[in-house]
Amino acid sequence: MGVEVAAPAVPLALPPSPTLPRKGGGSPPPVFEKTLQLALNGLMAGAVLAVPAIGLTMIYAVLRFVNFSVAAHMAVGAFAGYMLNAWLGLPAGIAILGAFICAGAAGIASDHVALRPLRGQSALTLAIASIAVNIMIESTIRFFFGGSPRDYAIPLRRDWHFGFLHVGPQQVENFIIASVAMAFLFLFLAFTMTGKAMRAVADNPMLADSKGIDPDRMARLAVGIGMGLAGIGGMLVGLDTSIDPLVGFRAILSVFAAAVVGGLGSVPGAVVGGLAIGLAEELSLLALPATYKSAVGFLAILAVLTLRPRGLLGARA
Amino acid sequence: MTNYLIAMATFGAIYAILALGLNVMWGMAGMVNLGIVGFYGFGAYVSALLTVKGHAPIALGFLAAMAGTAAMAALVTLGIMRLRDDYLAIVTLGFAEVVRIIAENEIWLTRGTDGISGIPQPLKSVLGSDFNAVYLVFCLVILAIVLFVLERVRTSPFGRVLRAIREDAQVAAFAGKDVLKFKVKAFALGGALAGLAGALYAHYSSFIVPEIYVPLLTIYIFLALTAGGIGNNWGAVVGAFVVVFILESTRFLKDVIPWVSAEQFAALREFLVGLGLLLVLFFRPRGLMPEPLPRLVER
Repeated sequence: MGVEVAAPAVPLALPPSPTLPRKGGGSPPPVFEKTLQLALNGLMAGAVLAVPAIGLTMIYAVLRFVNFSVAAHMAVGAFAGYMLNAWLGLPAGIAILGAFICAGAAGIASDHVALRPLRGQSALTLAIASIAVNIMIESTIRFFFGGSPRDYAIPLRRDWHFGFLHVGPQQVENFIIASVAMAFLFLFLAFTMTGKAMRAVADNPMLADSKGIDPDRMARLAVGIGMGLAGIGGMLVGLDTSIDPLVGFRAILSVFAAAVVGGLGSVPGAVVGGLAIGLAEELSLLALPATYKSAVGFLAILAVLTLRPRGLLGARA
Repeated sequence: MTNYLIAMATFGAIYAILALGLNVMWGMAGMVNLGIVGFYGFGAYVSALLTVKGHAPIALGFLAAMAGTAAMAALVTLGIMRLRDDYLAIVTLGFAEVVRIIAENEIWLTRGTDGISGIPQPLKSVLGSDFNAVYLVFCLVILAIVLFVLERVRTSPFGRVLRAIREDAQVAAFAGKDVLKFKVKAFALGGALAGLAGALYAHYSSFIVPEIYVPLLTIYIFLALTAGGIGNNWGAVVGAFVVVFILESTRFLKDVIPWVSAEQFAALREFLVGLGLLLVLFFRPRGLMPEPLPRLVER
């Protein structure tokens, strides 16, 4: 050693960013205004992030394993929505229902074929099997649609300006869709008999079983709704950027971070976690280049697991 | 054709060392590591940077790759030691992604996505066209040494404690074993092997880029170890060669189904890897060569 290290002077190619640049945007304002702007972006992105995080956490709450194939089901939803939107010309707000249904159906099917036979084995075995499922679904999408990015057929609209803040209409629409989806889920879990039964299974499977709640049916329902929400999340992420078969996988670290930070298994936790991770990722732009965004999620996971292993709102460690 | 076979065998040996490293962490000590590719990449970059930018001798690059990756692995363990399996899986997966993102973005150090080229190949000028064959022998010798050492480790008291921790960490702690110390050691040993495999690859191909170190490679190694037999060193080696053989033989499928594009074909191969992993979990969860357990602890 002791030899001087020659640093390459010119960065030849811009590195491909794991998070694609958002449409719109403006010139860099002063720090305070920039912070507020980033916080606003963070809340919007966080709400979108919360949707697949709820999906992950719901499946975990009922089935007790981390289902990595949430990433692939996000892609399923994104592409189902793409077909309805770009090919059939449906508006994004309606196509997203198709994203929910297709991803939910794919979730139930993949769980039934690939994961259900392994139930009873360790949570880790199931997690690894879900990784295999993830690869199979992602490569199937890649087989039919190719790997290059596609755009939804949505009109390019000018940002809305409020004083020094600006916000894209699509961002707002995504925020509303995410909020509506979450509202429906809360109504379902809080007021319907099935929703209550599902929470009972999550809380105490043995007791729920003795009350005559069919665990298989609840598992199917949790996977269907959970993966459906993942599908919505995938399409929302795609509306904000573009889609390709890895659209979910690129976001998965942030989704995991949201679920873990909020407390794996807690639905309100996933909402709080989503907002927290969205804010943290956007605010990190004050100090870090955009490409390090997903590293923020990782650091948040480490910090939370070290300081409060059951997450912000988690009940059990 | 001979060149092709030599290249495949070299990959087999490198993957086998990776699978052995994973076996120490996961198979012996029971700590799943979905970020093994991050350790592999870290080792490759340490050795490549030292020899290319620091003009250090290749042997020093290898040693530094092993020591550096071992230290990194120990450091990571301190952060994650108390985590449950599923958290461990998420955190290690994230670790590998962070390693790759850093390699992509710290252009001043790693040249980003352009990668590092001109990594010295040992004795290349002397061997000329014989380099590949000799390097294969070199890899196989190292693999044999690693296998020999790990078999000793497995049957040693150290290996026994690791198995005890894997089965029940609380009982091991109750028996007076410093569980954390053993876990850190196991992770460091596995990390050193992943770093060694990384250096072997870097000085073989002479060129590394961040995009080599994607999660799919971790899946290959998981497939190798689960197919071979978790906990069994020989299984890890056999599994690695089987996986490389299957991956490579699917290349020839291209002639059978010429109507698919290159992209579709790549997707098809990925699909088969996933399917393979799933089938192993279904039908052979303990692998082709199940872990040999001492007779006294028959379960």
